[in-house]
Amino acid sequence: MKIKGAEIAVKTIIEQGTDVVFGYPGGTVIDIYDELYKHRDELHHVLTAHEQGASHAADGYARATGKVGVCIATSGPGATNLVTGIATAYLDSIPLVAITGNVGTGMIGKDAFQEVDITGVTMPITKHNFFVTKVEKLADTIREAFKLAKSGRPGPVLVDIPKNIQNEWCEYEPVPVVEPYPKVPASEKEIDEAVEIIKASKKPYIFVGGGCIAGNATDETVALAEKLDAVIGCSMMGLSAVPTDSERFLGMVGMHGHYAASIAMHHCDCLITVGARFSDRATGKTSKFVPNARIIHIDIDASEIEKNVSVDVGVTGDVKEVLSRMLDKLSKVQHPEWIAHVDALKDKEAKNDPQREGFVPKNIIQMLNKYIAPSTAIATDVGQNQMWAAQYVNFKQSRKFISSGGLGTMGFGLGAAIGAAMGTKERSVLVTGDGGFGMCLTEMATAVTNNIPIVILLLNNTVLGMVRQWQTLFYGKRYSNTELENRHTDFVKLADAFGAVGYRVTNMEELKEAFDKAFAVEDGPVIIECMIGKDELVLPMVPAGGSMDDLITKVGN
Amino acid sequence: MERNIVAVLVKNHFGVLNRVTSMFRRKGFNIDTVTVGETENPEVSRITISFLGTDEKDQILKQLDKMPDVITIQELDREASVSRELLLIKVKNSAEVRQDIMSIVDVFRAKIIDYASDAVTIEVTGESSKLSAIIELLSEFGIIEMARTGLVALARGKETALNVDEMVAAQKQI
Repeated sequence: MKIKGAEIAVKTIIEQGTDVVFGYPGGTVIDIYDELYKHRDELHHVLTAHEQGASHAADGYARATGKVGVCIATSGPGATNLVTGIATAYLDSIPLVAITGNVGTGMIGKDAFQEVDITGVTMPITKHNFFVTKVEKLADTIREAFKLAKSGRPGPVLVDIPKNIQNEWCEYEPVPVVEPYPKVPASEKEIDEAVEIIKASKKPYIFVGGGCIAGNATDETVALAEKLDAVIGCSMMGLSAVPTDSERFLGMVGMHGHYAASIAMHHCDCLITVGARFSDRATGKTSKFVPNARIIHIDIDASEIEKNVSVDVGVTGDVKEVLSRMLDKLSKVQHPEWIAHVDALKDKEAKNDPQREGFVPKNIIQMLNKYIAPSTAIATDVGQNQMWAAQYVNFKQSRKFISSGGLGTMGFGLGAAIGAAMGTKERSVLVTGDGGFGMCLTEMATAVTNNIPIVILLLNNTVLGMVRQWQTLFYGKRYSNTELENRHTDFVKLADAFGAVGYRVTNMEELKEAFDKAFAVEDGPVIIECMIGKDELVLPMVPAGGSMDDLITKVGN
Repeated sequence: MERNIVAVLVKNHFGVLNRVTSMFRRKGFNIDTVTVGETENPEVSRITISFLGTDEKDQILKQLDKMPDVITIQELDREASVSRELLLIKVKNSAEVRQDIMSIVDVFRAKIIDYASDAVTIEVTGESSKLSAIIELLSEFGIIEMARTGLVALARGKETALNVDEMVAAQKQI
């Protein structure tokens, strides 16, 4: 039976295993929205307040579930509003399918109303994109988009569907959920070379990135560490891949990494890199990166190997498969001197970051740890709030840290927390700041409308804290446009205005009361506005362009 | 600086050349020449790209290889391949210089394809260095305009990674 292109689009999205999409209607997707209405029992559509929120929600959904996130927007401004979200997903390798409408094919190129060349705009920030010119190709194009999004190194794919294609009729036959392209097995030679380096190592260190999460390689990573008597550190994207309280886990490395994690990495003689791309935020100055180590780089994307740092052996392949094959070739060893050295670094870390009294970020996040379940997804915005969450949240399960790493997108958090909660079907937590929350707080309307339980821990320091921290340390305290005191935003009233609940807290006792109430709410967002000092710094810190040797652990007057 | 040549088989639909050149632009790689045309299979085009320098060569090859529209790539090194470029060049003509132009055309085995008393258009095929040499010689007569195609190249001998029929037989995604 022939059906309309718009219905083919909706049926294909459903056929590919999608249960929820995030989007915003408009002129060139009105036909798709007509079909979403007719198929509302099969596919839940979440109307966001802004298309950017839809793209972040689809991203948060994908990060929390590992499934492909889907967002829909109209042509022109709808499509360009997705751009920040698509770029965010691209930089962090998140599987996303973005569907946009466009003007009819007869109007393309004529600067028609709400026309924008979105395939041209998104070419550098998608794995691939498609402009559909024949209704006969629509279903297969959407299937190919899903397939590409989840194959190999995941990423976003955009499908642009002109309005007339949505209104043409065509046969439609459902097909099963498409499988990703088969993974090419890693070469035996590369694995053997890596194993030889590992066998010669006395100070092994496993460096874990987002690829360990995407590749579900937590168990293999921990097993390798056990077998080699190695320690584990991670990039920010690798957080939650290994449980925070694992004995061998030292934490995050890099610009604001944990002291022991960063310094032990600097001292190791063999760096086994599992699905990380050596971002400048993780490595610092690359010429001084792990000066005494031989580097093994395991990544599913061949182009990552030798891209940012020169390595001794690159192993192109699926991290889970590569690690298990390595495990088979290695026998158990012990390196008591290395472990003792790392233990000494851990002691020093504890001294560097003593437990302070009072209402400070570390204590706030540590109290949050008492309320979250192992399965709770923690979303963040970008800046100090993100780094404090990265440093102090106690993760127990993979996929629980939902944060914009590569692009560093302020305003990401609320949309992502909505998507994560929808995906996991349970409460999510958002750690945010007054700056980032201010960017996309309109999504409060989405959370309220859809009764989505989110505990929003808003660390209000009345400044753009991270930029201000740089101004404090490197720009002579010239606080150019980072002070927000005069905004006078009342976030408790703001919550009320959106039909949600808000609490303002100024000490740990009030915070506990607020947490008790907030974590009892099952049907909507709760804002807990924490009034913290504006001079709180994120430490340790490696100044831009520095190496782990230059790590600052405290700042004097 | 060493010149590298890579031949790329791509799916023949609109925007592919844009995707490939856009990747070079955004990664900061410089293209020296680029040519594109259909192959014996109308669903497949062949893009020949030459670029100078070797620092980024592996990255360029890997980045090309992972593009969904790219079917396969082959690096064509100087010894194991033949390459040609075509030049059309129009220079000023007059009774005084006619013989000099003719003898340059002869030596370079070039062809005159348009002749007027005040201008002559010459076609030359060869390796890029030959084209550069004739351009230099002709420049003394005054170049009116010129166009170079950029390189095309094939591997020497029977072996190639870029046989379209073999790829179709191997069920490579086209």
